[in-house]
Formats: sequence, C-alpha cells, structure tokens
Amino acid sequence: MADYSVEIQDVVKYHSATLAVDHLSLEVRPGEFFSLLGPSGSGKTSTLRLLAGFERPDHGDIRIEGRSMRDVPPNLRPANLVFQTYALFPHLTVFDNIAFGLEMRRLSRAEIDPRVSAALDMMKLRGKRDRLPAQLSGGEQQRVALARALVNRPAGLLLDEPLGALDQQLRQDMQVELKAIQEQVGITFICVTHHQEEALTMSDRVAVMNHGRALQVGTPQEIYEAPASAFVANFIGVSNGLTGRIVTITGARCTVSLPDLPTGPTILARRPAGAVEGSRVTVLLRPERLHLSQDVHLNGFENALPARVSKAIYNGNEMQYLLRLSDSVSWKARVPNSGGDRKRFLPGEVIFVRWNADEGVVLTE
Amino acid sequence: MSPSDPSTTLSDHSPISRRPTWLLLPPLAWLGAFFFVPLLLVLAISFATRGTYGGVEWTFSFANYVTMLDPLYLKIYLRSLALAVATTALCLLLGFPLAYYIARAPARWQGIWLLLVIIPFWTNFLVRTYAWMFILRTEGLMNTLLMGMGLIEHPIEILYSDTAVLIGLVYGYLPFMVLPLYAAVERLDRSVVEAAWDLYAPAWAVFRRVIWPLTKPGVIAGCILVFIPSLGAFITPDLLGGARTMMVGNLIQHEYLVARDWPFGSAISFVLMGLVLLGMLVYLKVERARQGDETVSWAGGDRQ
Repeated sequence: MADYSVEIQDVVKYHSATLAVDHLSLEVRPGEFFSLLGPSGSGKTSTLRLLAGFERPDHGDIRIEGRSMRDVPPNLRPANLVFQTYALFPHLTVFDNIAFGLEMRRLSRAEIDPRVSAALDMMKLRGKRDRLPAQLSGGEQQRVALARALVNRPAGLLLDEPLGALDQQLRQDMQVELKAIQEQVGITFICVTHHQEEALTMSDRVAVMNHGRALQVGTPQEIYEAPASAFVANFIGVSNGLTGRIVTITGARCTVSLPDLPTGPTILARRPAGAVEGSRVTVLLRPERLHLSQDVHLNGFENALPARVSKAIYNGNEMQYLLRLSDSVSWKARVPNSGGDRKRFLPGEVIFVRWNADEGVVLTE
Repeated sequence: MSPSDPSTTLSDHSPISRRPTWLLLPPLAWLGAFFFVPLLLVLAISFATRGTYGGVEWTFSFANYVTMLDPLYLKIYLRSLALAVATTALCLLLGFPLAYYIARAPARWQGIWLLLVIIPFWTNFLVRTYAWMFILRTEGLMNTLLMGMGLIEHPIEILYSDTAVLIGLVYGYLPFMVLPLYAAVERLDRSVVEAAWDLYAPAWAVFRRVIWPLTKPGVIAGCILVFIPSLGAFITPDLLGGARTMMVGNLIQHEYLVARDWPFGSAISFVLMGLVLLGMLVYLKVERARQGDETVSWAGGDRQ
C-alpha cells in the first residue's frame, strides 16, 4: 500500500492565459479528511477537477494509491466526486442513481442490490428509494449524492463545497454528520470549501490556498493557532491587525511598540520564532477574543488599548462592534449577548479593548 | 370570503393570477375562420365526386377512399413514408452532434452558429431547391468537382432519383431538427454528464444512459418537426425527383391542379393527416406507458 492515498506533484494548470494552479504539491494520507480551503479563484476547485480527471495538468502528475493518473480518464479513476449542485440524474430514482456506478462497473445484480441497500440505510434514505431527485429535499439530495459516490468504495472521495447549497442549520448538522460518515467508512475525503469554520470542524488537515498555491498545510489547530501568513490569518477570521516593532524580549514574550497609534503605546505579545529586538512584526487578534470595557484598569488582562465605538450592530446572539483605534486602524469585536444584563456600548463611546498576550498571533515580516 | 383574508387573496380569485382567457380569442377566431372551416370543406369535398370538366359535384360517395387503395397509389404512400423516415433519421444523425457542439460552445459562438443554421431561411425555398439541381445535375458542380479532383471518371447520375430527393429533404429540414435539439442540450446540466463520466461510464454509456434520455423531449420535437413536412413535401420531390419519384404531396398537388379531381385530392389529404395524427397519438401513448407517468411529466419541462 502506498504511503499516500492521493499525491499532487508539482501540478500546474492554466485556464487559457490564467494560472489556476501554480506548482501545487500536496500529499493526502489514507483515511484522512483533507480540506482545500480558500476564496473563490484560489484554484481549489480546479485542483479537485484535476483529481477527478475532468482536466489534465499542464505540468506535474497526480497519483492515486501510488498510480499515476496521467492519461487516465475520469471513468477509470478510483476517485468519485460529489458535485456542489449534486448533479443527480433527474430521470433515475434514488436507487438507480446510487446503483449507477456499480452498474457501469458491470457488477452483478446480486452484488449491486445489497450494496445500494446498505448505502440507503447508512444515509437514512430507505423510504426514498423509489423517489426521483426532484421529489427530495435539499438535504436528502445531498445524501443521495454522497451515497452515489460512497457506494463505489473509491480510494478517494472528492467533495466540491458539499454543504454550500444547504441552509445554515442543516449545514452545521451535516458538518458533524459528514465527519462521522468519513470515520465510519474510512475512505480518504478531499473536500473543497471556502468556509473556514466548515474546514476546521471536519478536517484532519487543511490546506489554505490562494492564487493556485497552498499557503499553509496543517491540522485545524495549527492553522487556527499559528497561521503562517497574514492571508491565512485573515482567511480564518483573525481580522484585527497592528504593525509594530519589538522593543524587548523576555523569554517567550516580547514587548511591541505601536507607532501607528496616536499615543505610541506598547503591548505584550508572544515572541515569534526567529524574532530579535527591532524586528518588525504584525500582531493579529480575533474579534471574538477581545474584551470591551469602560474600565481603564487591566483587571487581569495583559493588554488594553483605547478605542472609539463607530458602529454597534445587534446580531441576535451577539453584538458586533466596529472600533476605531486611530484614523487608520479599525478593528472588529464580537461580544456574546448571553450575559443578559451585560453592558452594551453605543457609537461614539470611548472604551478599552483588552486581551491577553497569548490570544494574539504574531507574524514577522 | 372577505378580501382582507390573507388565505384567499393569493388564490385564483386575485386579479393577478386570473387567467387572461380573452387573449385566446384573436388566435381562435383566426384559426377557426382560416384553418378549421377550410378543413371541414376539404372533408366535405372528399365525399363528393369529380364533375366531367373538373369541379365538384355534391353527390355523396366513398369512391375516393376506395380509389386510394389502388396499388399504384399505395406504392406512392410507401415511398413517401420511406423517404420521410429516412429524412428524419438522417437529420437526427447529422443534427444531434451539431446541436450538441453548438450548445456546448462558448456563449458568444452559440449565437453565430445558430445564425448560420437558420441563414438558409432567408432565401426562398424554391430558389434553394433550384440551386441543388444545379449542384446535383450530370454536368453540375458536384460532378465537375469530383471529376476535376480525379475521384470519379464518369459523372454520378444522381439528379431525378430518390437519393436526390433525400438530399434535398435533409437539407431543407435539418434546421427544424437542430433548433429543438439545441434547446434540449442547452438545458442539460453539464455536471450531470460529468457525474456519469465520473461514475465509471465510458463515452457511449454516458450518451445512452444520461444524455439521450435527458434530451429526448428535444429529439421527439425535432423528429415530429422534420417527419411531418417531409411526408407532405412536394417542391423537393418535384424538382429533384422528377417524374419518376412521386411523393404523396405531389400526388395531392397533381390531383388538385393537373387532374382537377378535387374530391380525390381532398380524400388523400385527409387520410394523410389522420394517419399522422394517429401515429403521434399511438407513439405518445406507448412512450407514456413505457416510461411511467412521472418521467413523462418531468420531461414536460417542470425541471427545477
């Protein structure tokens, strides 16, 4: 057995003159839930289509279970794709949709029927076997699409924005369910998504992509806690940034001076690897990790900066604040509304933004 | 029910959802006066007899319908049927790849290709058929070119034959096949075709199991649009088939204009129309029984 289930080796793909995939190399381990996370146009869908075989790489190679997929058409590849729009066959029943791949591989009825029935049971579709796709709900159609691919027991299951067409509630339920299904069947899943929460929730490993390249590959925790670049940090929701210079280093901590802010304050931050005194750094903070208060005292927090509330948006379970730290620096803060009598702030108010040094992600430039 | 009751305001009592039946009146009046009444006249005439000097004598008789069964005429019907079936089959064979190519071309090119398909309509059909005579005759364009290239030594005698009629009919009716097929392929979701390919189907199986069943409404529409006018064609067989290749359309034309036997011509027209209608009804019935009602109603265009 090959060490890797799917290998992408230095693949380049142009769409006419546009570079869609730029010398991409990735290795996906057997049984892994691997996500390609990136904005639209980042090359993640192109990569998936290259894996499925609908497109050929202009350079490089793709290997599935160690076998080169050069010149192997989609119908001969041991990988199946779950389409974003599901692409169910509208003229075939749920049963016939799921049986399609097995029939094409010329399995006997005696083999096909039990496998399709098992897939129907697993996806809780038993009662729908004779329905046509148009008679199903969105969630049911999605489960048929999954069953239709999984029933073939492919070496790799490719998923294109699998939850993109579902509404918010179903989406969150399916994140959990999809992960459970993947663990149950033990098949390698390669999932394309632009939704960071989805990728972090479901995946064993994530590749954050932009401009056809993988900017960072790692576990959700690695990506979340230690984004390697400002783009990755931004994309996974670390949107508040400040640039400054390291003044002093004490152990794992450092003090950063912030010339962009009017009072020229310093803050405490984690010391990034390889940084020395005088290094220019960017400190990034998540909107949900900030504490807002009118109290000037630190009260146990390590950092506090003054800011003016420019907008306060009530969003059901939380308040979203737009804060101005200076004329050029705007931050976002998200505060849960659960506290009931928790103090809300009004536009125009001057408050203090407080956080602990370990909450900040520090990138050297 | 009160107008303020929200459950009734959106039902068929609201002025917006009321069907504007009156819109049907002008076309119905037109069709009634200029299609249905003449049709009844034809039916009536078909039971009359020919006067000594042409004209119609109103003596009721089934004689015209009996004359029709003469083997001489039966041969003409069969030839017409064979030519219409062959024309439809050839149009489908040529039209499907063309329609598929156009529907899958970049949007900018689709308009250009479709324009090229319908451009022949800008010229009179008679003129275009004369052009085919010029191409196909013994010293015509085709033979000159083929002999010039040294591909043949003697000219192919093709004008005034069934083959020439078939060529002319396929040429004339191909656009009627391509347009509905184009619409059907254009509606076909690309990812459904890719899904079949991804699920181990080789090219032929993708076509047979997915593309063909999903474009069938367009195929049926195209076949009907080609078959019916081919069956009744008279200009093409007249000019390209000469006196040897008579189709039922020529027969009707002959009875009306040359033999001046309107009653017999009417009888043939009516039977032809009835048979085509019957054939279509039987086909639809069989198709519905074979596929089950769900698929047919789906094919009717209620796709989401």
